[in-house]
Amino acid sequence: MSEITYLEAIREALFEEMERDANVFCLGEDIGAYGGAFKVTEGLMAKYGEERVIDTPISEAAIIGAAAGAAHMGMRPVCEMQFIDFISTGYDMLTNYVATARYRAMLPCPMVVRGPSGGYVRGGPFHSQNPEAAFLHTPGLKIVYPATASDAKGLLKSAIRDDDCVLYFEHKYLYRRIKEEMPSGDHLTPIGKARIAREGRDVSIITYASTVWKALEAAEQVEKEDGLSVEVVDLRTLLPMDDDAITATVKKTNRVLIVHEDTRTGGVAGEITARITENAFEWLDAPILRVTAADVPLPYSPPLEDYVLPQTSDIVLALRKLAAY
Amino acid sequence: MARSGAAASSPASVTGDGARSDATSLTREQKLELYYFMRLTRSLEERLVNLYRQTKVVGGLFRSLGQEADAVGSAYALDRSKGDMLSPLIRNLGSMLVQGAKPNEIIKQYMAKGDSPTRGRELNIHYGDLERGFIGQISHLGDMVPVMAGVTLSFKMRRQNRVGLVYVGDGATSTGAFHEGINFAAVQRCPLVVIVENNGYAYSTPLRKQTAAKQLVDKAIGYGIAGEQADGNDVIATYEVTKRAVDRARSGGGVTLIELITYRRKGHAEHDNQSYVPAGEIDRWAKENDPIDRYAARLNDEGVGAPELAAIDARVQSEIDEATDEAEASPMPDPTDALVGLYADPPAVAPLWFRQGIKSAVEVHERPASWGTHDV
Repeated sequence: MSEITYLEAIREALFEEMERDANVFCLGEDIGAYGGAFKVTEGLMAKYGEERVIDTPISEAAIIGAAAGAAHMGMRPVCEMQFIDFISTGYDMLTNYVATARYRAMLPCPMVVRGPSGGYVRGGPFHSQNPEAAFLHTPGLKIVYPATASDAKGLLKSAIRDDDCVLYFEHKYLYRRIKEEMPSGDHLTPIGKARIAREGRDVSIITYASTVWKALEAAEQVEKEDGLSVEVVDLRTLLPMDDDAITATVKKTNRVLIVHEDTRTGGVAGEITARITENAFEWLDAPILRVTAADVPLPYSPPLEDYVLPQTSDIVLALRKLAAY
Repeated sequence: MARSGAAASSPASVTGDGARSDATSLTREQKLELYYFMRLTRSLEERLVNLYRQTKVVGGLFRSLGQEADAVGSAYALDRSKGDMLSPLIRNLGSMLVQGAKPNEIIKQYMAKGDSPTRGRELNIHYGDLERGFIGQISHLGDMVPVMAGVTLSFKMRRQNRVGLVYVGDGATSTGAFHEGINFAAVQRCPLVVIVENNGYAYSTPLRKQTAAKQLVDKAIGYGIAGEQADGNDVIATYEVTKRAVDRARSGGGVTLIELITYRRKGHAEHDNQSYVPAGEIDRWAKENDPIDRYAARLNDEGVGAPELAAIDARVQSEIDEATDEAEASPMPDPTDALVGLYADPPAVAPLWFRQGIKSAVEVHERPASWGTHDV
């Protein structure tokens, strides 16, 4: 079998799930005839027709709300946000309607909201966002954010089959930059389970999405230059968070660095830090450190974007600081 | 022709295009059923007011006094045997009763009981039942329009011969969700009927501060869909105009926007003193345009005697008495049920460490007197 990209893995998941289950359908802006802004859904309409691959008006609230209504009736809609930045215009539908539906009204919402996320692509303030923290705070949603091509496929297939609403963030920097051979068969990645991306003994990096790759680069560098053994935990799912995996790596290395591309204040790293202090404080030999974006909207110009976003060198610095503590 | 802007200041006498209320195919039995549902709506709300004053209703109380005809008549136009569905608004208790909601469920909801349809999670008439064909609303106005667009989209995709109906008020027509939902449904030609109940006020805000449109039915033109307007206080006219829209939707004709002109005789909720309403306006509507009085008079003209209506009234009263007794005897929820059913998987949220092994958060003696409502 040949290798496919992260983007192709997402597309393959959509094809497989639409083939498997007639209740699965896609809706979003420009996803049909055009194949989507990044061509994720290319070929989907040709195969499944415009009834199951719906080009919608520019209406994120309608896309999400209509998906919820169809999901109540047993359909399994997959919504595309053209850029995940636009999910904010569907925030009300997601947080007030969708997330509460099962709890308040026993209404199932088996649906996925997916879209290109993240920076490092010179996209500027409105085509680079990482909105996970805005939804981490909403009980009733699930959030996944794959870092690898096989997880991109496996998590999307699991998300489509999940009986609740899953926000599926896909990193646009990774779309065509990473390739992998897909596991054979009906490949499902479990929601709620982290992955050890690299085994190590001295320091743990807890991260997800694009910064998994920067963490791995930094780990290689400090191993070579400092002889440090760094473990990298790829969370894959942010909600529900895999506390067992987090606690296990803390107990193993006793030093923790949390890395994410999203801004710092109120970010996912803060939540992870709180959980570690609650669950494994006595296992820590050093304060928990964070490497994140600076607390500003993401600027467009390369020197500005590079300065704001976490880089491999930042992670190396943090690892050395932790090891020396 | 009543303009919606004038609806708040004088009882409207409107019948939309062809909505002649004297021409109807409804049988005598069906007409009496309409009366029953209108009476049940009003009497049930009156019972809820009593319970509210006895502090047995935990939250706020919402009335549809004077709007019973628009709720009942429109919902009656759906075909329950075909699986038609509706999503009500806060003044559509009558619509829900037509779809099969039961008085005991409504009272239990208001009393926050553990065996209420939402197990004490949601308030008042915020609940639904897919089997019986109604989907509970949320408080964010307009949000049910996209949801019902999706429900009816599924009907279309599955080649089901079903129709959906969603209610919004005059206020919700200003929301983004209303616009996005109705536009999407229109483009997709979903079998959806959107009823705009123009009762003159959104909380305290009169229609003239809500929109510059001359009448809300005009919005249909912009969406490229059918639009009709009718007298919401004439139950037969309401039924007929909705029936046409339902038939249109079922036969592939797409979305219809119906503006029903009515009047909200009570405040937004029971606490609202309606200080913003011009003097005399409410009394005038009550005296000249009460939907139940009007309908009773019509039935009388058609040969339904007062004793027959009185018998229905008595039946309604006994049903409500029975429902009240059942609701009052119902238990409050088990506190730990609060953690159940957020997701299909996992089935329950873990209790926080300080609640582990603890069955309830607040002992009776800890409760401030101001809570007052339900020391159990």
